[in-house]
Amino acid sequence: MKTFKLGGVHPAANKLSAGAPIQVAAVPAVVAIPMAQNLGAPSKAIVAKGDKVKVGTVIGEPGGFLSSFVHSSVSGTVDKVDVVEDATGKKVPAVFIKVEGDEWEESIDRSTDIVRDIKLEKQQIIDKVKEMGIVGMGGATFPTQVKLAPPPTAKPECVIINAVECEPYLTSDHSLMLAHAEEICIGVQILEKAMGVKKAYIGIEANKPDAIELMRKTAANGFPEIEIVPLQLKYPQGGEKQLINAVIGKEVPSGGLPIATGALVQNVGTAFAVYEAVQKNKPLIERIVTVTGKSVAKPGNFLTRIGVPVANLIEAVGGVPEDTGKIISGGPMMGKAMPDTNSYVVKGCSGILIMKNAEARRKEAGPCIRCGKCVHACPMGLQPNFLARYSELNMLDEAEGERIYDCIECGSCQFSCPANRPLLDWIRQGKPKVMGILRQRAAEAKAKAEAEKAAKEAAAAK
Amino acid sequence: MLNEILIALGALGALGLLGSLLLCLVAKKFNVYEDPRVGQVEEVLPGANCGGCGFPGCHGMADACVKAKDANNSLGSLLCPVGGNEVMGKVAGILGLEAGAAEPKVAVVRCNGNICARPKVAVFDGAKSCAIAAATFSGETGCMFGCLGLGDCVKACQFDAIHINPETGLPEVDADKCVACGACVKACPKFVIEVRKKSAMKSQMPKRVWVDCVNKDKGAVARKACSNACIGCGKCQKVCKFDAITVENNVAFIDSEKCKACGMCVSECPTGAIHATEPVMIVVEKLKAKKEAEKKAAAEAAAKAKAEAAAAAAEAAKQEAAAEAPKAEPVKAEAPKAAEAPKAAEAPKTPSTKSPEAGE
Repeated sequence: MKTFKLGGVHPAANKLSAGAPIQVAAVPAVVAIPMAQNLGAPSKAIVAKGDKVKVGTVIGEPGGFLSSFVHSSVSGTVDKVDVVEDATGKKVPAVFIKVEGDEWEESIDRSTDIVRDIKLEKQQIIDKVKEMGIVGMGGATFPTQVKLAPPPTAKPECVIINAVECEPYLTSDHSLMLAHAEEICIGVQILEKAMGVKKAYIGIEANKPDAIELMRKTAANGFPEIEIVPLQLKYPQGGEKQLINAVIGKEVPSGGLPIATGALVQNVGTAFAVYEAVQKNKPLIERIVTVTGKSVAKPGNFLTRIGVPVANLIEAVGGVPEDTGKIISGGPMMGKAMPDTNSYVVKGCSGILIMKNAEARRKEAGPCIRCGKCVHACPMGLQPNFLARYSELNMLDEAEGERIYDCIECGSCQFSCPANRPLLDWIRQGKPKVMGILRQRAAEAKAKAEAEKAAKEAAAAK
Repeated sequence: MLNEILIALGALGALGLLGSLLLCLVAKKFNVYEDPRVGQVEEVLPGANCGGCGFPGCHGMADACVKAKDANNSLGSLLCPVGGNEVMGKVAGILGLEAGAAEPKVAVVRCNGNICARPKVAVFDGAKSCAIAAATFSGETGCMFGCLGLGDCVKACQFDAIHINPETGLPEVDADKCVACGACVKACPKFVIEVRKKSAMKSQMPKRVWVDCVNKDKGAVARKACSNACIGCGKCQKVCKFDAITVENNVAFIDSEKCKACGMCVSECPTGAIHATEPVMIVVEKLKAKKEAEKKAAAEAAAKAKAEAAAAAAEAAKQEAAAEAPKAEPVKAEAPKAAEAPKAAEAPKTPSTKSPEAGE
């Protein structure tokens, strides 16, 4: 079985909610839809208090190039445009909507029929994806339309669908595949058409044999260009660069875009959202959220409207259990601990993980004993011990020399450290600083080149 | 044998001579001229290389001083925060200038959300660094603006002038050691620390007044998170005679350039968010005592007036009752009583509001 070449760790999978059917989460009386739901610039709210909205009405416009549309996930009246706390407790603008009935925009096809013919052309698909507010559903929430329009120098060869779900506990992608295999395959075809390629791979880790089987069967039934690739269990296989390496064996060059290998990676949830957007005209207004944890009585997968309070989801599995030490938005490896349950479900929220006090607490950090376990674990071939130390001491030149900018922040180093050192915490401090220096240098070089060019032209004109 | 030794000595000597000649030539050819005054100035600078002056180390500062002298024949706004006026005077002497007196400054921590005032709502057990905590979440308390208490400022300080007080969990600045280099200001991810004038007045006494809060939330929210928070009510702004206070984003700010450290705002603040140094606090205590006295006097006068009014009303009622008794109409008798009573109460109150003036 295939896997990526360098590093990686094996955290306990703990897929407690695997095989649990998708339940539909109840729609509360009031939802709050945050305007910062994508990587990049937050969206701008375009509704005001008292406006009537339906399910699918646009309530937020992109606030920049790297930004996306936000749609109402319920029908009702806009109560206010205020701020809410996001999963990390930071304040972000949000639209509060009082729910009245469940009226959908007429343009949305709500039937359960599967539409196989792709009528739209390349550019139309990209426009549609933008219009429907699709972002990467794996958690990074990168606006999909930007990813579908790579730089003209890139030569796309294939689409790789990320159905790895290497994060422990999470099962939302797994349950989605079991429920909507054919729709996902059509979504993959749409992505192929948008990229102008004729080959697609779906990478699935071996701990989901039922999903591998079902996807294989579905693909055999009219999708000859889709290949299902079972992958060996290893974290962080769901990382874009690791997945490309595992599936097609190519390596993304340091500092380059993944498309340089010819592969476009999209999450399986994104493929499904693209299917719904293009074939059913349905914007991204709901997603599957895994609510799980060892102390949770009935861990489950919930089809949840965007903007539902996190507290409601936890209530649906029986409330916060006693002896809870941490509630995490996302998985245990890359998720974010929430300061409280006052936040709301967003497009990138793949799971809510409730951890017991004993398993949540970090252990006291000791001195580095130079054992090199972090170096062995790093999937990018970096030396996390040095990167962390350089970041801590603000030695940015050295950190740059050790290629801190290649870090994918997967946390394998910290996971493997026997001295419990907060390696990734420190690397996350140094990385943006180095990236800032690199950007500034690039901008200066560009300005200089332009000035030289202008001077040359002026001289030529004389 | 001797011959061999001589040859070796000669060869080595010739090589040495050649090498030294080369070095001489290189030194002459690639010599970088530096103004000798730069070296002299650098010698009198403290050599802490803290960067508080805004230049990369003391050599950079010395260079800047010499350049400033050549360009403008003055040191302008250049100031070594470590050495202060004394060192700048020496620098000016070397360069043949008169030293201007710069006002000494000091770092001020603008958060008073101590352990008692700001209850914890979460626990952070990650790396002990404010920068990491700030990047991870909004803080262990309900206030997302205040001090995180993990001591990045303490680590940044090269002068041992800032320490975390274990009782309050907040950093405290030792004003005698602080040189206002601004390293802590840069280190704080929450922008809680500010460099202010050491004294608002041109006196030796450290008279300064500042708002001990940076919470931009609305009053009720801020108050819920921290009982010492500034609620942006604007009372201080109204009471300030020097236009030194501005309230923006629900938080007050005192401009240390305009503030005269009169202490009026300190005694006016309903949440105790405005703090002042000891010499100002003496004035504030006096102001507060005066206010208390005023209040007491007003209360006494009011009580007296009330008693008088009650007595007058009772008397009037008695007279009326006596006069109107034969007619025996109790309903009518009550009506004028009620109408008269407030008037009676108002009338003696007027002198009571004047009483504080009389007191002065």
